[in-house]
Amino acid sequence: MIGFWESILLTVITAATPLLIAALGELIVEKSGVLNLGVEGMMAVGASTGFAVATLTDSSLTGVLAGIGAGMALSLVFALVTLGFAANQVAAGLALTILGLGLAGLIGAKFVGTSRIAIPPIHIPGLSELPLVGKLVFGQSPFFYLSVALAVGVAWFLKKTRAGLSLRSIGENHSSAHALGLKVLRTRLLAILFGGACAGLAGAYLSLVYTPFWSPGMTAGRGWIALALVVFASWLPLRVFLGAYLFGGATILQMHAQAASLGLPSQALSAFPYIATIIALVLISMRRVGATPAPGSLGTAFVPPR
Amino acid sequence: MRLELIPRRDVSSLQRSLAPLWAILAALVMGGLIVAFLGRSPLAAFRVYFLDPLTDPWALQELAVKATPLIIIATGLVYCFRANLWNIGAEGQLIVGAIFGSILPLATVGMESAPWVLPAALLLGALGGAFYGFIPAILRVRFGVSEILVSLMLVYVAELTLDYLVRGPWRDPKGFNFPTTPTFESFATLPNLASEGRLHAGIIIALICAAVTWFVLNRTLFGFGIRVAGEAPRAARFSGFNANRMTIAAFVISGGLAGLAGIVEVTGQIGQLKPAISGGLGFTAIIVAYLGRLHPVGIIFGAFVIALTVYGGEAAQIALKLPLDLTRTFQGILLFCVLAADALTTYRLRIVRGVTA
Amino acid sequence: MAEVEGADAPLCVLDGIVKRFGDLTANDHVSLTLRTGEIHALLGENGAGKSTLVKILDGLLAPDDGRILWQGRPVTLANPEEAASLGIGMVFQHFSLFDNLTVAENIAVAMPAGVRLRVLNKRIQELGDRYGLALDPKREVWTLSAGERQRIEIVRALLREPKLLILDEPTSVLTPQEADNLFTTLEELARQGCALLYISHKLEEVTRLCDRATILRGGRVVATCNPREETPQKLASLMVGSAIPPLRDRDHRPADVRLSLRGLSAPPAELHGIALRNVSLDIRGGEILGLAGVAGNGQSELFEILSGERAAPDRGMVLIDGEACGDAGIDARRRQGAAFLPEERNGHAAVGALSLPDNVVLSRHATSDIAPSGVIAFDKARALSDAIITKFDVRTPSPLADAGKLSGGNLQKFVVGREIIGNPRVLVIDNPTWGVDAGAAVLIRQALIDLAAAGTAVLMISQDLDEIFAIADRIAVIHHGTVTAPVDARSVAREDVGLMMTGGQGVSHAA
Repeated sequence: MIGFWESILLTVITAATPLLIAALGELIVEKSGVLNLGVEGMMAVGASTGFAVATLTDSSLTGVLAGIGAGMALSLVFALVTLGFAANQVAAGLALTILGLGLAGLIGAKFVGTSRIAIPPIHIPGLSELPLVGKLVFGQSPFFYLSVALAVGVAWFLKKTRAGLSLRSIGENHSSAHALGLKVLRTRLLAILFGGACAGLAGAYLSLVYTPFWSPGMTAGRGWIALALVVFASWLPLRVFLGAYLFGGATILQMHAQAASLGLPSQALSAFPYIATIIALVLISMRRVGATPAPGSLGTAFVPPR
Repeated sequence: MRLELIPRRDVSSLQRSLAPLWAILAALVMGGLIVAFLGRSPLAAFRVYFLDPLTDPWALQELAVKATPLIIIATGLVYCFRANLWNIGAEGQLIVGAIFGSILPLATVGMESAPWVLPAALLLGALGGAFYGFIPAILRVRFGVSEILVSLMLVYVAELTLDYLVRGPWRDPKGFNFPTTPTFESFATLPNLASEGRLHAGIIIALICAAVTWFVLNRTLFGFGIRVAGEAPRAARFSGFNANRMTIAAFVISGGLAGLAGIVEVTGQIGQLKPAISGGLGFTAIIVAYLGRLHPVGIIFGAFVIALTVYGGEAAQIALKLPLDLTRTFQGILLFCVLAADALTTYRLRIVRGVTA
Repeated sequence: MAEVEGADAPLCVLDGIVKRFGDLTANDHVSLTLRTGEIHALLGENGAGKSTLVKILDGLLAPDDGRILWQGRPVTLANPEEAASLGIGMVFQHFSLFDNLTVAENIAVAMPAGVRLRVLNKRIQELGDRYGLALDPKREVWTLSAGERQRIEIVRALLREPKLLILDEPTSVLTPQEADNLFTTLEELARQGCALLYISHKLEEVTRLCDRATILRGGRVVATCNPREETPQKLASLMVGSAIPPLRDRDHRPADVRLSLRGLSAPPAELHGIALRNVSLDIRGGEILGLAGVAGNGQSELFEILSGERAAPDRGMVLIDGEACGDAGIDARRRQGAAFLPEERNGHAAVGALSLPDNVVLSRHATSDIAPSGVIAFDKARALSDAIITKFDVRTPSPLADAGKLSGGNLQKFVVGREIIGNPRVLVIDNPTWGVDAGAAVLIRQALIDLAAAGTAVLMISQDLDEIFAIADRIAVIHHGTVTAPVDARSVAREDVGLMMTGGQGVSHAA
């Protein structure tokens, strides 16, 4: 019995990890006042580039780094258009999604049908053999530890550091921040690049750990769910953590329900994560009644007056 | 080094209308670079993509067929985008419109003749899409939920619903287990306009949609309210427009037109339901809307340009073995270029060396 | 011009500063000298170029021509950070604060890197004690009054130990009593050797506080003088350039009550908004009732409910001509003969990206023949727009120009005219001359007086006590969402109204 629950928890962690990483990246972007809807596209490019490079170099680490780099490169295009040209962020985010999905297909085309060995979990001798918690806490994929560190790091950065305060101020009111001499555009550029790196990393996790192959459409809306998680978490990093795990849990529940054949059509169970996202967004908004903790400048372009 | 944006004075409407042309030019250059990177000749690709279709009458018909749903969806999106509402779930509304609209044609398979079926199907399709557009609108109005995320999530739900229907209850029993519905009777499909080729009456519906939208936006109080709501929500309230009602109206119209596009596709050129009826038309229409500068006449132009890339992409896949994803990549680049070109008509770019902002 | 180096050099010299925005020359060869320990006034009416000049001095705008000398050395100020590191501090007119951050965070974000929060809290306390600027570092800004917010700005600037402190219209959001406290602080700062550049268009303050004044008009320096040696009339005519005609008297004949509020209470509609509490008012035809108050005390909430942009909680709380209409929308109230004009010109009363005729459609489609059946007759909108332009002397580049192309004063004349030209029986107007040049202000105030004389009930919400006393027949005060009983304008002292604006009971004889 313990083995069964342990395996469920393990799969929850694998499902939650990419959501958590991508959502933390987007959280930083949105805290700086920028709405980048292109997470799905950057994730897809991270997944295909990561898999392609890992296969070509036969090195998973190089693949992961390439995935991160690809996510950042794509986010740079978004930054150029939204910061440099002050274009509409929603439209540019959609463009990024379309471009990312297309590029991911081009990059991954030659690798459809091949697979690699997934990046193995870390084994800490002694600790990972502990009963109950051993494998859960000490025998996970390196991405898991990275995602936890990232959550703690992002929370600390926003709450405790001077740079985090600047970032929050810029997201809250970019005109005031500019008047105080804060570097609005430069900060936003760095935030967007961080978001791109996280999305690329999350994508690389999908194609190198979660399902160790590349197929078009493998991101399956996870980028969008990551965006929803940020809203669901009211822009708080530790709540993003919680949300990602709730959501990972829901996904796994659906997979087990499918296996248990409850008599529901498989499509209904596949639709469950998306409907759950909508319900979660409604519930979280109902509790807030009118008030919104979204950063004040979110989604609005800033052109410094000279 | 950094970029500085200097506001331009007195931008003529001609300059604004020409911006998409510059964007297309820039996107073509970048697309050519990608083709070269893939090891093919950009010039050959350009010929297959853009020149061959324009010189072949059969291809011209095919362009109109492909542009039809794009025009209908994009004119619907204009209502939302002009009001600063973000309906990015047109794909889902299209699918639900196709499902609703197919109820009657499927129920009348095998019947002799029933001329009322087609108009009723088109109406039901529009209603289905309108209903599906209503969901994100009411959630936004009642609970303040982001319409972007809800409308997008609903796309997946719609796709899965269609998948369930064509594999389950609506599957053609005589269809050798293929996941398709029976083929509609000819009275339930849109008539062809030419004796040869596939051009069907959908293009007329599309042009009517664009014309009506032009009138509504530019001549009616409702359209005025949409424009004001997009420019300044408080001014719209001061003007007596109820923001909640405007949000719902814009989404219902937008969804309704996407649904209409869905049933036009099904009754116009597919003739039955199957798991993939759209292939992303609802997303492509977003590019069309921007390429047309959110203006109904511009949208007709934009839809033909995008139709050209789709048609050319299919031809290039056959002739040059270029992957279809190239088309999607090109469309993404094009949308970026359109947004940048728009910015460059509003602002003048100045490159400043040394100092940082 | 000879340059003086070292200790004898003036602290800061602006020499021939030019700044253009398109066709408009906001600063036309402006020169100005600032010395240590002086309080220097920069006088000028709205649109004279004062704000542009101080933004250049703060590194926010780059001048097109001219130079800045700091202690005798030429400097370029690429951004506010460079200005701050030289010793230039700025207190903004529209606060540059972050509502959802705490006082300490608001201050920390403007400090150079490496300042620790705990050290900062202590220094905030010290400064507060020294200059009478008490602040609780842990409070979130949105919970604070305008006066407290300004203290944050001042403390933030002082923590960087500025040699020059610029204050842009600092009293515009303060009560007279708060302004007195501010003056004490500023005089103390000057005594300790800080130079102050004090921007204002209020002559009374300037003559009281300042040693020297530079007067700007139309972007140019028209005079530099000692304000204490000049008469207010002289200063005013220098500022405005011509004599402003006085307002004409009128015969004041209050008639029946046209607009009533009955026990209006309403929760705030927005985050950080103000709740209205049991507001009752009667405004008669033929009178102007002035509602005084510091901004952010519930004025915009009251305007929304009066206009019908937001419904009142109960139908009977708002009455127009005796008819309950608390649940009616703004168009229905307009059809009852009411007109409304909100404070914010751009984005509320008008849309900058729309043409003038379109802006007529904006508020008049329900009360004219412009859109009889939902289809807009643009020629009729154009005709009405042209009539407004002529009657209210609106200077516009073209009759079809976008509203955003008009100057503040001309756009305000246009929107006031748009509401008045339909002869409403009730007019609710919020800050009718905010940020408007003196000529336009007189025209608008005269139009309001004439409208009331013709029998209209006018409710004028205003933060400007001068304006209230210039044209109101009766005065009420709004504070924290409650409204005092109106008093006769001729029998109440300015100081009493000022006291009531801070919540004190200044007036015993309610009318």
